[in-house]
Amino acid sequence: MVSSQDQGEPSLLSVRGLTKLFGTFSACDGIDLDIAPGEIHALLGENGAGKSTLVKMLFGVLQPSAGQIFWQGKPVSISSPGQARNLGIGMVFQHFSLFEALTVGENIALSLDPKISLSKISQEAAALSHAYGLPLDPNMHVADLSVGERQRIEIVRALLQNPKLIILDEPTSVLTPQEAERLFETLFKLKAEGRSVLYISHRLDEVRQICDRATVLRHGKVTGACDPKQETPASLARMMVGSDVAAVHREELGAPGEALLEVSGMSVAARTPFSVSLKDVALAVRAGEVLAIAGVAGNGQGELFDALSGEYPVSDKDAIKIRGRSVGRMRINDRRLLGAGFVPEERHGHAAVAQMSLSDNLLLARAHSDRKAFLSGGFASVIRHGAVRSAAARICQAMDVRKSGEDPAAGSLSGGNLQKFIVGRELDRQPSVLVVNQPTWGVDAGAASRIRQALIDLAKAGSAVVVISQDLDEIFEVATSIAVISEGKLSQAYPAGELSLERIGLLMGGIHDSTQHASHDAAMAGEAADAH
Amino acid sequence: MFEAILLTVMTAATPLVIAAMGELVAERSGVLNLGVEGMMIMGAVCAFATAHMTGSPYLGVLAGIGGGALFSLLFGFLTLTLVTNQVATGLALTILGLGVSGQLGESFVGLAGTKLQPIVFPVLSDIPFIGRVLFAQDLIFYLSIALIIGVNWFLFKSRTGLKMRAIGDNHGSAHALGINVVRTRYLAVLFGGACAGLAGAQLSLVYTPQWVENMSAGRGWIALALVVFASWRPWRILAGGYLFGAVTIGQLHAQAFGVGIPSQFLSALPYAATIVVLVIISHNRRTTLINTPASLGKPFVPDR
Repeated sequence: MVSSQDQGEPSLLSVRGLTKLFGTFSACDGIDLDIAPGEIHALLGENGAGKSTLVKMLFGVLQPSAGQIFWQGKPVSISSPGQARNLGIGMVFQHFSLFEALTVGENIALSLDPKISLSKISQEAAALSHAYGLPLDPNMHVADLSVGERQRIEIVRALLQNPKLIILDEPTSVLTPQEAERLFETLFKLKAEGRSVLYISHRLDEVRQICDRATVLRHGKVTGACDPKQETPASLARMMVGSDVAAVHREELGAPGEALLEVSGMSVAARTPFSVSLKDVALAVRAGEVLAIAGVAGNGQGELFDALSGEYPVSDKDAIKIRGRSVGRMRINDRRLLGAGFVPEERHGHAAVAQMSLSDNLLLARAHSDRKAFLSGGFASVIRHGAVRSAAARICQAMDVRKSGEDPAAGSLSGGNLQKFIVGRELDRQPSVLVVNQPTWGVDAGAASRIRQALIDLAKAGSAVVVISQDLDEIFEVATSIAVISEGKLSQAYPAGELSLERIGLLMGGIHDSTQHASHDAAMAGEAADAH
Repeated sequence: MFEAILLTVMTAATPLVIAAMGELVAERSGVLNLGVEGMMIMGAVCAFATAHMTGSPYLGVLAGIGGGALFSLLFGFLTLTLVTNQVATGLALTILGLGVSGQLGESFVGLAGTKLQPIVFPVLSDIPFIGRVLFAQDLIFYLSIALIIGVNWFLFKSRTGLKMRAIGDNHGSAHALGINVVRTRYLAVLFGGACAGLAGAQLSLVYTPQWVENMSAGRGWIALALVVFASWRPWRILAGGYLFGAVTIGQLHAQAFGVGIPSQFLSALPYAATIVVLVIISHNRRTTLINTPASLGKPFVPDR
C-alpha cells in the first residue's frame, strides 16, 4: 500500500490498521485504505467480508477497536454520524430509514436544521435533485415511490450537507438497470465536482465500469488494491473469493443412486417488489449427493427455498418432484409426509419460536409428519409430552446441543446450539430429501463443522441433500456438486472437484455469457493440464 | 325549530370533537390510549366539584382539564416509562376512572350545577341564522374550534408536529435521527388527557349541568371511534363529530316521535360507520400507509 506522503496530493481519507473486534471475532483486521480527492473508490468483497463494518466505523456508527482514521491528513476519531457529517462525510445506507407516511420534503427536513423552513428545503431538494439528474417531487408521499426514487431521497439528503466524501453501500442492489445507469451519471457529476465516492459493491462489471481504484476485502483483511479497469472480472473475483480455500477432504460417496429431488422449468414471479423472480430453474439431486447452491445474498435463494419447501407452492405441479411424485402444488406438510425435510434460513421466528421450549418447537415442526409418535387420541390430538420430550432429548444428544436445563426456551440457546437443534430436528427423521438454507450462517466454527458433518453423513446414508449457502468454504467442504444462483437464474450443476473458485466468482457476479463460459472452460482445461 | 335542533346537535358534538382531537394527537405520536372514557369522566367530576365549591364555572373548566391531564399522566407513566401494554392499560384506565369518579362525586349527586354561560359576541351574533348558532356559544365550543385549527397547524405546519408524525410512523428511525421519542409521547398523552378532561367539563358544566355517575355514557368510546373514522385528520374530526352528534340527537327525537327505527340501531351507527371507514382505509397498502400511524400501539424501548 502506498502511503499518502509518497503521493503527489494528500489523501482525503486514509485509514491505517483499522480493526474491529466483536468478542474474539475480528470483523475488520488491520485495514489500510486511501481515498484521493475526486475519485470513485470501490470497496469490493463477499458478504461478511467486513465492508459494512468498515464503513460504519468511517461514518461513526461503530467505534474501531484499534487503528487510526486520517481526514485530510489529520488524525480524527469519529464518534457519531453527526460528527462524520460535520467533517464532510455523507452516507447512503443499503436499507433506507425513511418515513413512508411523510412526503419527500418532510423526510429531508427531519434530518436538517429545524430553523430552515420546509418550503425552502423542498425547493433546494428539488433543485439539487434535478441538477444531479435524480428528479424528485418534494410533495410526493414516500409510500408512493419506487425503491430507486427512495434511494434518491437518501442521496439528495446526503448531498444537501455538501459532503466531500459520499459513501454508498450496495446502491445498485435495489435498482433496475436503468436506474443504476442514472445513478452512475450522478456519480460522475459528483466526481467532476471534486467530491470522492466510496462505492461498496460485489458486482464486478459495475466496479470496472465506474471506479478508479478498488480495495478488496476478504474475511476482514485487505487482499488487494488495484485499478479495476486494468483487471479482468476473473482476477477481481479471485481477490474476492480468495485462493486459500482448504482442499476437500471427503471420502468418495460411491456412485449416486436415483434422483430423489427433481426440479425442471420452474419459474416463479416475484411476490413483492423486494423479492427476486425465479427464472426457469432446473436441478436434480440423486441419492448420496450433496448439491450446494452458491450465490451472493438476495439473488433468489430465499425464493428458491420457499418453492422447494412448499412454503409458497408453485403453480405447475410437475415443476418439482420428490421421489418421483409431482409436488409443485403441495404444501410443506404434505411434502414432509413424502420423506422430505426443510431447514429455513432464519433461526428465530421462522425455524423456531424463541419463547417456546425445544420440545414445543419440535412438536410444531413435526406434529403432522410424526403424528403417530407425538399425538394420541385420534381426532382429539392430545399431545404425548413424554414422547416429544424424549425425542427432543435424543436430538440434543445426537447433535451435541449444549443447553441450560432440561427443556429450555429456544431463545435461550446460543445461535450455534439452536441451529444444531433445528438441523437435528429434521435429521432425526432420516429424511430422504433435505433442503437447508444457510445452515451455518452466524454460527461458531465448532457448531458449523458439526452441522456440515451431519449433512455429509446424511448423504452417505443415501439421502439427497441441497445446501443453499453464501459461504464458499462451506460449499467446498460439503458439496459433491455445485450450482450457482444469480438474479433468480440457476446455473447447471458442476461436479465439486471440477469447478474453480474463479469460475464460481464469475457465475456469482452474474456473468452468464456463454462465449465467456467457453473461453473460461478452455482456460480451466489449460490450468488442469498445467497441474498434471 | 331547526335552529334549536342545530344548537342541541352542536352541544352534543362538542365533547366528541374535543376528546377526539386529544386522542388524535396521542395516536399521531403512536400511543393508543383507550382510556378516553375514564379521563373524560374524571374531567367531568373534577369540573363539577370545583365549580360547585367555588361557584366559578371557569375554575371548573380548568379543574376538568387538570383532572384529565393528571389521570393521563398515570397512563403515560405505565405505558411509556414502564412499557406496559397500551391496550390493557387503556382499558384499565377507563374502568379505574369510572370507579374513582363515582367515589369522588358521591356527595355531589343531585346538587344543582353551575352552568357555563354563553359568551355573546355583540354584532356578530345579530347576523341572521348563523349569528345565534356560531357567536352566542359557551367558552368550550369556541375552544373546540380553536383546537381543530391549532392542532391542524401544529401537525402539518410546525416542525415539532412533523417530528411527532415521524415518531408515529416509525419510532425506530425517529430515535435514530435524534428525536426524543418518549418525551414527545408524554406530551402527546398529556395533551390527550387535557382534551378528554375538557370534554368531560363540557358534559358536567354545559350539556347537563349536574353530576350523575357514569354521565360520560360511552362518549369516550365514540371519540375513539371518531379518530379512526376521521382517518387521523383534524378537519374530518369536525365533520365526523357533528355527524355522530346528530345521530345521538336524532336517536332522542326518533324515540319521542315514535319513528320506527330502533334506538339501538342508531346508537350503533357511529361504530358501524367507523368499521366501514376502516375497511375503506385498509383496502390497499397505500391508503393504510399514508393514513394510519404505523407505530400505533407499539411499545418503544430505546436500547433495543
